[in-house]
Amino acid sequence: MGMTITEKILAAHAGLETVKPGGLIQADVDIALANDITLPIALKPFRDAGGTRVFDREKVVVVLDHFNPAKDIDSATNMAEARAFAEEMGLVHFYDVGSMGIEHVLLPEQGLVVPGDLVIGADSHTCTYGALAAFSTGVGSTDFAAAMLTGKAWFKVPETMRFVLKGELRRWVSGKDVILSVIGEIGVDGALYRAMEFAGKGVGSLTMADRFTIANMAIEAGAKNGIFPCDERTREYVEGQGTKPYTAYASDPDANFVETREIDLSSLDPMVALPFLPSNVRPVSEVSGMKVDQVIIGSCTNGRIEDLRVAASILKGNKVAKGIRLIVIPGTPAIMLQAVKEGIVEDVIRAGGAFSTPTCGPCLGGFMGILAKGERAVSTTNRNFVGRMGHPESEVVLSSPAVAAASALTGCLADPGDL
Amino acid sequence: MVLEGRAWKFGDDVNTDEIIPARYLNLTDPVKLAEHVMEDADPEFPKKVKRGDVIIAGKNFGCGSSREHAPIAIKAAGVSCVIAASFARIFFRNSFNMGLLIFESPLAAQGIREGDMVEIRPEEGLIRNIGTGETFEVARIPEFMQELLDNGGLIEHIKKRQIQGSEDRDEK
Repeated sequence: MGMTITEKILAAHAGLETVKPGGLIQADVDIALANDITLPIALKPFRDAGGTRVFDREKVVVVLDHFNPAKDIDSATNMAEARAFAEEMGLVHFYDVGSMGIEHVLLPEQGLVVPGDLVIGADSHTCTYGALAAFSTGVGSTDFAAAMLTGKAWFKVPETMRFVLKGELRRWVSGKDVILSVIGEIGVDGALYRAMEFAGKGVGSLTMADRFTIANMAIEAGAKNGIFPCDERTREYVEGQGTKPYTAYASDPDANFVETREIDLSSLDPMVALPFLPSNVRPVSEVSGMKVDQVIIGSCTNGRIEDLRVAASILKGNKVAKGIRLIVIPGTPAIMLQAVKEGIVEDVIRAGGAFSTPTCGPCLGGFMGILAKGERAVSTTNRNFVGRMGHPESEVVLSSPAVAAASALTGCLADPGDL
Repeated sequence: MVLEGRAWKFGDDVNTDEIIPARYLNLTDPVKLAEHVMEDADPEFPKKVKRGDVIIAGKNFGCGSSREHAPIAIKAAGVSCVIAASFARIFFRNSFNMGLLIFESPLAAQGIREGDMVEIRPEEGLIRNIGTGETFEVARIPEFMQELLDNGGLIEHIKKRQIQGSEDRDEK
């Protein structure tokens, strides 16, 4: 019996010839990641276990991105503690104000994650790096603490669910619409404990930005990881970002998939997920006209330069509707600089929007765009749970950057094709 | 070990934003986190819950973020056990890693109502609705994860193995 990409990466990191779904393994991690929310509560278990140094200063990565620049005294205190820890441990990859970006946009950009890697992160959207044909998954702070100590993590080998993509996306349809469609179809626990593997000829037509967005939201279907094959586009991206050596694994023809579904990319429309679950998905055309108060474009899901370009192409030369608060947040400082160079920042500001420095901020209701009771946002982020972006009686609608920008101009949910 | 407590019932897909909203993620003290446990699912819950009580929920409990603040808040509020039809995977592993008792049982999740008194025998894998006498068996926990629970979580488990490791070396 052959193995899937996920099984091959897990086996290689556990020092085993083969692994089977359901098996429990101990595996070496290439990167262990944490942020300003999850690092502080990892410190006590780390010290309790006698931790005085991390297993590898190059492989423990800390990004202060969620509430940074500090939003209040408590978060400032947590970050002060994180800075002291990073200094004490001599962490090579520690990112703070100035160098800090949204972790899952930043790590691939810095060339820290490459195909074949095994990454754990104390952040659920760590599954983003599956776009690079790496196994990467979100864990809690205790797992992260244990990995800092030992360089290892325990895993139950997941079953793999395959999504065979064919065709090409139409204009104004993006990776976000692909993953929203998938979650709408299978539900928020449709891939629970499973790996979601994206395969087929359609993969080749997807940009890396699309693939990051799709892998990013695998967790929203309950998956352990989302993963793409390594193709020419992956190689070109990875080799453009750094020099870390990599191994490209491919699923065997006789690998075991617990389920296979086909997706015709050319049949997809711009989608939205209405409150209060990412699975509450429908074409935006069915709900266009629904009023919004705020528009967020950014996050680990859609804060890449490609996302900002699409938004700017819609905003340029136009004005945000009266009373709409548009906030655009680039994923990293490099993306911000590029946005300045390309005139995107100017397009956003001239359209009446605000342009922020990188942060996770509003996505999780942290800061930089909290909603009041009764308000509704359309957002390119990843979750629309009750109270996700502020007051328990506020609402979040998830969409692509194109739909978000179109909605900013009209003041209500809008299909960019209708503008 | 026999646990006994009152059941508090929640629905499907209870997410980590409901268990502990992000506006409290600037806190790290378990006692302070417990003051807001389940607040966005039921604002009165932190006041109502008593030591030893049990949370009963539908499918995919704990979906969403990886924040360990969620199982920490539940444990610090005194909840002895969470029984759900199924758990989201990060919440599931976090619970084992930090020593919060959880059981997957779709039948128990269905057969126990709000306010029922529940008896749990973890070693035997048995849950009993004291009022109705109905008993539910839970799936066996894999050996490694049982070991984690017995050792009091992942960190204690690692410490124990480190001590064993150095003893093994000493013997050689």
